[in-house]
Amino acid sequence: MEKLIFEKSVLGRKGHYLSPLDVPEIPLEKLLPAEFCRREALILPELTEGEVVRHYTQLSRLNYAVDTGFYPLGSCTMKYNPKINEDVANLPGFSRLHPYQPEESVQGALELMAKTQEYLAEIAGMDAVTLQPAAGAHGELTGILLIMAYHTSRGDFKRNKVIVPDSSHGTNPATASLAGCQIVEVPSNERGGVDLEALRAAVGEDTAALMLTNPSTLGLFENQIKEIAEIVHQAGGLLYNDGANMNAIMGYSRPGDMGFDVVHFNLHKTFSTPHGGGGPGAGPVGVKAALEPFLPKPVVRYDEQKKQYVLDEDRPRSIGRVKAFYGNFGVVVKAFTYMLMLGGEGLKEASAKAVLNANYLMKLLTEHYELPYAGPCKHEFVVTPRHTDQTGVHTLDIAKRLIDYGFHPPTIYFPLMVKEAIMIEPTETENKETLDAFAAAMAAIAKEAREAPELLQEAPHHTPVRRLDETLAARKPVLRWKE
Amino acid sequence: MNYPEELSYTREHEWIRVEGKKGIIGITDYAQDSLGDVVFVELPEVGRKLKIGEVFGVVESVKAVSDIYSPCSGVVRAVNEKLLDHPEILNQDPYGEGWLIEVEMEELDSELLSSIEYADFAAGEE
Amino acid sequence: MAYLPHTREEEKAMLEIVGVSSTEELFRDIPSEFRLDRPLRLPEGLSEKAAWEKMQDWAGKNKHAGEYLCFRGAGAYEHYQPRAVNHLLSRGDFYTAYTPYQPEISQGTLQAIFEYQTCICELTGMDVANASHYDGATALTEAALMALDATRRNKIAVSSLVHPEYRETMGTYLRGRGAEIITLPYENGLTVGMESGLEQYITDDLAAVIIQSPNFLGSIEDLKMFADAIHGKEGLLVACVDPLSLGILESPGQLGADIVVGDGQSLGLPLSFGGPYLGFMASKEKYVRRLPGRIVGKTVDKTGREGYVLTLQAREQHIRRERAGSNICSNQALCALAATIYLALLGPEGLAEVGRQCLQKSHYTQQRLAVLPGVSVPFTAPFFKEFVVKTTEDTTSINQRLWEAGILGGLELSRFYPELENHLLLCVTEMRSREEIELLVRVWGGDR
Repeated sequence: MEKLIFEKSVLGRKGHYLSPLDVPEIPLEKLLPAEFCRREALILPELTEGEVVRHYTQLSRLNYAVDTGFYPLGSCTMKYNPKINEDVANLPGFSRLHPYQPEESVQGALELMAKTQEYLAEIAGMDAVTLQPAAGAHGELTGILLIMAYHTSRGDFKRNKVIVPDSSHGTNPATASLAGCQIVEVPSNERGGVDLEALRAAVGEDTAALMLTNPSTLGLFENQIKEIAEIVHQAGGLLYNDGANMNAIMGYSRPGDMGFDVVHFNLHKTFSTPHGGGGPGAGPVGVKAALEPFLPKPVVRYDEQKKQYVLDEDRPRSIGRVKAFYGNFGVVVKAFTYMLMLGGEGLKEASAKAVLNANYLMKLLTEHYELPYAGPCKHEFVVTPRHTDQTGVHTLDIAKRLIDYGFHPPTIYFPLMVKEAIMIEPTETENKETLDAFAAAMAAIAKEAREAPELLQEAPHHTPVRRLDETLAARKPVLRWKE
Repeated sequence: MNYPEELSYTREHEWIRVEGKKGIIGITDYAQDSLGDVVFVELPEVGRKLKIGEVFGVVESVKAVSDIYSPCSGVVRAVNEKLLDHPEILNQDPYGEGWLIEVEMEELDSELLSSIEYADFAAGEE
Repeated sequence: MAYLPHTREEEKAMLEIVGVSSTEELFRDIPSEFRLDRPLRLPEGLSEKAAWEKMQDWAGKNKHAGEYLCFRGAGAYEHYQPRAVNHLLSRGDFYTAYTPYQPEISQGTLQAIFEYQTCICELTGMDVANASHYDGATALTEAALMALDATRRNKIAVSSLVHPEYRETMGTYLRGRGAEIITLPYENGLTVGMESGLEQYITDDLAAVIIQSPNFLGSIEDLKMFADAIHGKEGLLVACVDPLSLGILESPGQLGADIVVGDGQSLGLPLSFGGPYLGFMASKEKYVRRLPGRIVGKTVDKTGREGYVLTLQAREQHIRRERAGSNICSNQALCALAATIYLALLGPEGLAEVGRQCLQKSHYTQQRLAVLPGVSVPFTAPFFKEFVVKTTEDTTSINQRLWEAGILGGLELSRFYPELENHLLLCVTEMRSREEIELLVRVWGGDR
């Protein structure tokens, strides 16, 4: 392991020098009362630029990343992040704009946002899009608040229940709860879809919305979507699409056409802006026309009278802001660049190849793993290990062993409804050799599980640290360095 | 699993030992086992009034958090402060050293389970 | 097609193994009525060269802070970012990684976050910090939620001089929960104090008082007074601060804050038209298990080697679902890394020097402007890098004149505070030279 940067610090070293102060200096005590001035010494690292660069370069080498290898995390869409995205976002004409500078001086930025809204609306079959939410979960919250605003604007105040299938992402119930709603969970049927009878029983006058991921977290297209939409709409509720899995259906099918009223996008997944080690991402939300008046303000649109793009704050029915300023603009620029490069046809081709890769890899893996829900899958699929009772090898062990073979493990233990789930999403940018090599590693691991289970249980073997003690971390939290 | 006969149990996996007006409350062997290694216990302040079924504390492991519901109404008279520094006691001795709070009882939940009933109930939860 | 690897032969071989004759067959499970029967109405794809040229032109349609002199802040600040920061952020091992769910192959991101948490604790004087939020507005909101839960009360008092967009964000979030929000008035550029009736607002049903310092008008608030007042009612003080000021200003922890939040954009992050920025959150030890979001902790592996993991996650959404205190499931990891590298390069001396220069240059500018006819200084409270001037001339016409001369002047405060007509909020950072300040004064005074 690398020492902490604080441990490398030497009192008095400097990594950056400022120009000397060029205005007449006023004694500090004349500007600030003593009680406002820092008294305790501030401890920050003290190193040269070269030392700082070496430290963080060393840290970066302890990471696995899309740029270093195959990253088949289900529902995360770890596709290749094109380098042009980064360069475009770093252009000063995008990166050095103040959010409160005159509108006429940011027409390019506003036009880019308006076009992004337009393209996303077209991809999802929606009427309007807001780019303000900063992440998928943030988009979900925005979407549910929009739905609640829609209901209450109609004088319908008793709709406070949000229905989620048992296969849903954990954020769905957490979001609904944060928006002040109660959760009703409906079970899945034997094909992994929504149990329609249970849904019929669950809806009623208090139904605000159904939150659904389509394709589902099992990677299956919900082919009863027409009936589901009818059931929810007839009860007076709205349909929310968690767009985490949009990468499967671009150009093939649109949530808006299926009956969804609200959808969120994950620009860091589907639209190749990187994940950044956990963020920043962006979670735009698309809505049907009936919900447009409630979008967070300001709304970016073209003003026919002013003949320019504007940030419209005059939105009396808006739910309000969900963050300061206008969203993660720098991330939006990257997603826009991606859409520009691929075009409509290219996006469809990306989905086609994402689905082909998933089905191919699924076929290779079913030789050695169970497939709890039969395909064809969309962009991802879920398998489970065989004979866990006899081998004592669990999904976690397989995941850790994959690290020894040079792969990032898939998403594990999700969806919750599948015991020992291994959720795999290869994405369209991986080549056949990589998929074949991954399948070979999974086959070898299945064999090891029978013959040498301790190899898996002790894995990973060759990493800078081995399995870490999470109980100790949570019992006696050490969350910062101290001298 | 061990469910002592002299205790009463809730369907939320708490136990209560009644000694006259005094009730001592903890979580069951089943509860500590399904939670796994307990990493943190949050307890109420002494003097707090509890209603039957009210959440009065939280037990946390690496993979789960469990709310603790009161099997009686009354006033909290003591809390097991040893758990704050040594939450692992809850795993080691849930009915003894791992007790959570002591309550001056007003009313006991009328729907508590006996040791045999709870054993059946817990077996059905798996 | 860009970024797609399969040759025709490979695709054929793969389809054969899958057992279908074409990729289209794999979409048969989508009912035909939901199959899009036309191409997406997006422009045709471009070569990289064409896209790069188009995006450069597009960026050129905007006027950026390298092309004008920025004297505006109001929550988005132009500070100098050392060149090394972006070079390190551009390492694919950092920016193309996911959330560090597999700690054995994510120690780089995890250790960087641990270092970030340490920096935030040091700056704020708090015991613990999380791995960051979307921005200052959402961090402030989550702090309010945390205070509501920790005190089991249902009312928040927020200063009217907290950034208006932060307050609006909090209002949006808290509406669903049905919590009550009261707004503390201000006078002379500061939140109402003890001598002007603060006490009547500080009641024992308050979960927290939220104060920003320096506040939206730039004035430094007396945090200790608010801490004493609310602690008397067993509520919490949430302080929203500019981390860049904390090289010279007293840490909110020393002044009695219980939770400290803010936006880390001022630590050299690009303006980027308002995002992505960096919400930070730190608290006293007592609230460590109520901190929402991701948190990195130190532990050991079975061979005794030290390492870092995501910890205290049991209360988060992926485990607790609807009972989670927040739905956040990401952090601004790359922005947090940028802030950490910035702080490592500057060190305590450098950060204090940036702070001193902001302080000196903003005061110098204020004094130079105050001698212009028709310009006055309405507030007397100490300030850090932002201050307000009042003008007899229409502020729009002043800003128009400045803009034509390549200067972004102060924010017209009537936008958020209708009663502050003809008031401008100016910001002067270390970026501005004396010559540029003199240009501002000359053009403002009507002299080219």
